Formats: sequence, structure tokens, C-alpha cells
Amino acid sequence: MNKILLIIQREYLTRVKKKSFIIMTILGPLLIAAMIILPAMLSELSESSEKKIAVLDETGLFFERFNDQEKIKFYHVYEGLNTEKETALYGEGDLLLYIPITQLSLPVNAQLFSTKQPGLNVTSYVKSVMKKVIEDEKLKAQGIDPEIIKSAKADINLSTIRVEDDGAEKESYTEVEVGIAIFAGIMIYFFIFMFGAQVLKGVMEEKQNRIVEVIISSVKPFQLMMGKIVGIALVGLTQFLLWIFLTGFILIVFQGIVGIEPSSMDMLGQQGQAVGAGQSIDPEQLNMVFDIIGSLNLGAMVLSFIFYFLGGYLLYASLFAAIGGAVDQDADSQQFMLPVSIPLIFAVMMSGVIVNQPDSSLAIWLSMIPFTSPITMMMRIPFGVPVEQIIASGVLLILGFIFTTWLAGKIYRTGILMYGQKVNYAVIWKWLRQR
Amino acid sequence: MQALQTIEVTKRFSNHTALNKVSVEVDEQSIFGLLGPNGAGKTTLIRIINMITSMDHGQVLLKGKPIKPDDIRQIGYLPEERGLYKKMKVGEQAVYLAQLKGMSRSDALKNLKIWFDKFEIGSWWNKKVEELSKGMAQKVQFIVTILHQPQLLIFDEPFSGFDPINVNILKDEILNLRNEGATIIFSTHNMASVEELCDHIALINNSKLILTGEIHEIKNRFKSNIFEVGYHGLKDLLLDEDQFQVIESFQKNGELFSKIRILQNTTSNELLKHILQQVEVVSFQEVLPSINDIFIQQVNDTSR
Repeated sequence: MNKILLIIQREYLTRVKKKSFIIMTILGPLLIAAMIILPAMLSELSESSEKKIAVLDETGLFFERFNDQEKIKFYHVYEGLNTEKETALYGEGDLLLYIPITQLSLPVNAQLFSTKQPGLNVTSYVKSVMKKVIEDEKLKAQGIDPEIIKSAKADINLSTIRVEDDGAEKESYTEVEVGIAIFAGIMIYFFIFMFGAQVLKGVMEEKQNRIVEVIISSVKPFQLMMGKIVGIALVGLTQFLLWIFLTGFILIVFQGIVGIEPSSMDMLGQQGQAVGAGQSIDPEQLNMVFDIIGSLNLGAMVLSFIFYFLGGYLLYASLFAAIGGAVDQDADSQQFMLPVSIPLIFAVMMSGVIVNQPDSSLAIWLSMIPFTSPITMMMRIPFGVPVEQIIASGVLLILGFIFTTWLAGKIYRTGILMYGQKVNYAVIWKWLRQR
Repeated sequence: MQALQTIEVTKRFSNHTALNKVSVEVDEQSIFGLLGPNGAGKTTLIRIINMITSMDHGQVLLKGKPIKPDDIRQIGYLPEERGLYKKMKVGEQAVYLAQLKGMSRSDALKNLKIWFDKFEIGSWWNKKVEELSKGMAQKVQFIVTILHQPQLLIFDEPFSGFDPINVNILKDEILNLRNEGATIIFSTHNMASVEELCDHIALINNSKLILTGEIHEIKNRFKSNIFEVGYHGLKDLLLDEDQFQVIESFQKNGELFSKIRILQNTTSNELLKHILQQVEVVSFQEVLPSINDIFIQQVNDTSR
């Protein structure tokens, strides 16, 4: 078997067999899935069955305004509180909503009796309806017809439409895109650093262990370096793909078991309403979010993520390998880590500017320079990037990592077998000039 | 033809010269001992032969041709600072390192089994290296070094860290390897092992080669005409002080012994003749200097 394949195999297998890798691989999708499922599940669990609410409305102002919801039904009761409590809670209904008359001109207190904790959607619905009624009453008291207010309320739905070069129009949804762009950029940053650091650690371990002398008597230094870099890249890819598949799998299985229908999305919408209390997110808007995610072409996003992760990783990992090979002590690596990491950190710091103006010249330049392009380009892609720019950036990235790998190979080759020398930039420059 | 030859190998580090025109020749199928005090340059020479360190001047020839990186991959090299992946299991790691040397997986497994049985360490196969003691890890590393049956073996301080029992096991294996056709170079401070194992030695001090050659030839070169006589009878031998000098006399197991230096213009036969007239001789042998003595004497002489 080819020796570099053997090295890749070892680097890969020892890492994916590690407990930490397995834990991360399982925990990651669980966390992501939990973030998606949990809110839906919580309301689903508490609202698993239809709720019947008896309304004892002493004021007579509210009942008419409670409309039956999909899982919340209302019915009117008139007897005294104690009687109704008995019948409602242990008889026909599940909850009793009691709105007493108060001394104040407008009632602002109500009580909701229940044998179990009422769901968030019940309380929020009741609250929002009552609020509306009271607002209307207040307006009436001032002599203003609520209808006038309603008609005066302007609902602006500004949709930005991007006109493509070929004249096709596409609705753009900036806010969601900003979210996705920043998420993708941060993920790239995170992946490059996490797996780049593993390369650094691995190289330093070999050097400090002195096992490198044994291995160098079997394979070329460049083979050892590339084997490690590629092996760890595969670990990163494996983790990323497993995360995607496992998250998808968990979501599908979960839907199958618990039976969260698409309607749970409405539930989410209602919940949003509840949490936002007043500043309503209407379900349409939520659907729009899913629309956008769909329209983003997830396949293309995943592919470009993989490309920019690999490209960016290869570029930085070879530099990290060179650092690991050059220094003896962990502490010495810091002085070299900083300048190498600065472009990445800079790209993340610029994210605000870039998502605001994804086509500004700063954004275009940063997405061309190989040291920042993985992060910046991932942030621009959700907004749509001209094909020629993607190609240019891709080619530059490939050239970039070929260059850094070549450079790193020269430093690594000399440094890995050098012990006890105080390494600084002058020394590294000397190694670079060695033939 | 020599298996390995270095010609005037010179290496300078920034503030000192590590090797100064060192030329050694290693015969095929022999054991070559590289001796010298700490810091003399032994490890540097070994690392130059392995192309880990580059040399400033000189040449290293393998079977008469300048050594190439591909040749290095065929050498079995045991570095002074032993290193194994700490988190990896012993067996897995041994197979990996053997495969890197070009062995097939099945061959590696087969040979490893033989060696692990021989060293009685079969039960370590699934242990992680970090669970082994230093000496145990060295056994594993020794096996890994010789597993692919290299024609040239280079051991840097192979005995350091081993107990006497394991030193003996290791010596036997080194002799076996030589008898099976391998050429072996090793550096050591263990003089007893040098006497037992080496066919040739080279002594390096202060980055210079001060002595090299066949071990018996060197011993003869440094002998000082001292003979040891064991006898019964008279307590003190009466000898002509112009011809013979009694260095010391002592008693051991009921017999008397004397070490006598023969001065110029006479022979051991003359000495024997003189003694035979006085006592009953039990033993008579020439005292050759030990490598240890030669080492200390030469190092002191050249360091002065």
C-alpha cells in the first residue's frame, strides 16, 4: 500500500475512534435537532390534545372575541365560580377562564383554572385576545371607532427584489440571509480552527515524542505532513457530513415517532406570537423563512461549504503544520500562531460590514484573497455571487493552498528534525532558502 | 567491500564543531561499536548517516555508492530518544510502523507474533504505549526496528534503560542478527557489551576519531606486556628486576597470583623459565587491556 495512504489511514482512524470525536458527532446533531425540535415538541407535548376552555365572563366583554382555535375550543358558562370550577375541571372541560367584574372601569385581571399546567399557547392566546379587547374598549371610551384605527394601520410589506443580469427577478429576504450568511461564515471559521489546531497538535506530538525520527527513516517528511493534513481533513469532512445526515435523520425519525405535522410550524408561529407578546410574527412570515431556506438551494450551500472548508483548511493546516514542525515547546508556537490567525479573525470581524453590503469592494476583495475568502465568500454566497467571482475566488484559493503547502513543506522538512534551536523568523527564512 | 563508509565527515553547529573529518569503515556482516564520551559526536554521526542531519563536508557511502534517501528507508534505525505514539495500542502501532517500512500487513502480523513470543510480551498487544514502562516500550521499539529484516541496522544506545537480563536478551538477538547476515552499527557506553559483541570499534572524542579498528588488534596494540601467573609455593617470587617488574601480587581461592610486566629485551618464555624454578605454576596468561581501560586512557590522553 502506498505509504501516504497508510499515514492518512492512521491519522483518520485514530481520530474517528476517539471518544471525543464520537461524542462530538452525536452531540452536535442532537443539539442542532434539539434547537429545531424542542420548541415545537414542548408546545406539542403540552397541547397534545384539544383543550376545552370554559369561559366565565362576568363582564360580558370578552367571550365573543374568543374564537375556536385548532386545539383550543371555547364555551360559555354562566353559573357561579365554584360550581363552574367543579363542572369545568372535573367534567366537560379542561380549563376555566374566570374574568371577574372589578371596580375599575376596565377589567384587567383574569384567572385561568386548570388541573394541569396550561400550555404556553393557551395562556398567550387568551392574553392577546384580552389585550386586544381592552385596547378596543379604551379606544371606544375615547370615542374612537376601533375600525378607524384598524383601517389607519398601515402594514408595510417591503419585499426587495433583485434583478438578475438575465432580467429574471428574484425576491430577496435579507434578514434570513444575513442570519444564514453569518452562520456559514462562523462555521467555516470554527472548522478551520478546530481541525487546523489538530494538525498543529499532531505535528508537535510527533516532534516532542521523537517518533518523527523513526517515521522519517521510513517516509519523506512531505509525505508525513500531507498524510496528516489530508487525514485530518477527512475527519473534518466526516464530522460535517455526519452532522448533516444525523440532524436530518433525527428530524425525520422524530417526525415519524411523535408525528409533528407541518402544522407544528403553525404552532411555532403561535408560540412566536406568545413569546413576542404583541409584536406578532404572523404565520405567513414564518412560512416565508422556510421558503427562503428552500430557495437558497441547500445543495449548493453545502457544496460550497465543503469546498471553502477544504480550501481554507488546507491553506491554514499546512501553515499550522509548519509551525508545529518548527517549534519545540507549546509556548513557542504562540508567536507564530498569531500572525497566521489574524486574517481569519479579521474576516470574522468584518462579517457585519460584509452582510450589510455583500457586493461592496471590500467584500469582493476579501472574498478573493485566499486567506480570508473561505469565510467572506461563504458569507456572500447566500446573497448570490456572480459565477465568475466564485470561479476566480476558487482558483485563487487552490493556488493559495498549493503555495502555502509548498512553503510549509520546506519549513517542516527542516524544522521537524531540529531540536533545541531557538526558532524565530530569521531562522525560518534561512530554512526556506535551503535547497 | 564495506557495507558502510564515512569519508571525512564534518559537521559544524553554530558555535562548535560536532564532527571533524571522521572516517570509519564498517565491514559487511559485522558489528561495529561507536564509542565515545557524552557529547563526543556519536549521535551526530548516526544522524548524518541516517540523513536526519545534513553534513557540511564529507561523504557517506553505502556499499560503495553515495547514500540516497531511498536507501535510508531500508535501514533499521533505533534512535537514542525513543518515540512511539503514546495513545496508540502496541500491536496496532507495530503493524503501522512495519507497514511504513514496506511490509505487507500479513507479513508484519506474522513476524510480530514471532518476536512478541520470543520477548514474551504477547500480552501487551492491546495495551496502549503510555501504559508501558520505559524499558517495555524500548523492547517494542527494538522489535519494530528489526522487524523488516534490514541489511543495515543502526542502534543509538540500544542498552540504555534495560535491566541486565534484558541486556543479555538484546545482546543475543544482536549476535543472531549479525549471524543471519545483517550489518550492525551501535553506539554505547556499555563497555562490557562492546567486548562481547563488537568486531570493530571506533572511538570518538571531542568530535575527532581517535581510534578505530578490529577489536583484538586494538587490544594487542595497547597491551603492555603484562602477564598473570597463578601458582603454589613461595609467597614472593624472586625475579631479576632489570627484566621483570612485579606490578601486584594477591591471593585468591588459596592460590597466589602475580601480575608481572616484562621489560625490554626478554620474552614471556624467559619469565616462565624463571618462575618454574621457584614455584608450581597453575596458570599463565597475558593480560590484555580491557576496552574500558583503553577508552579511559585514550579519552584522557586526547582530552588533555
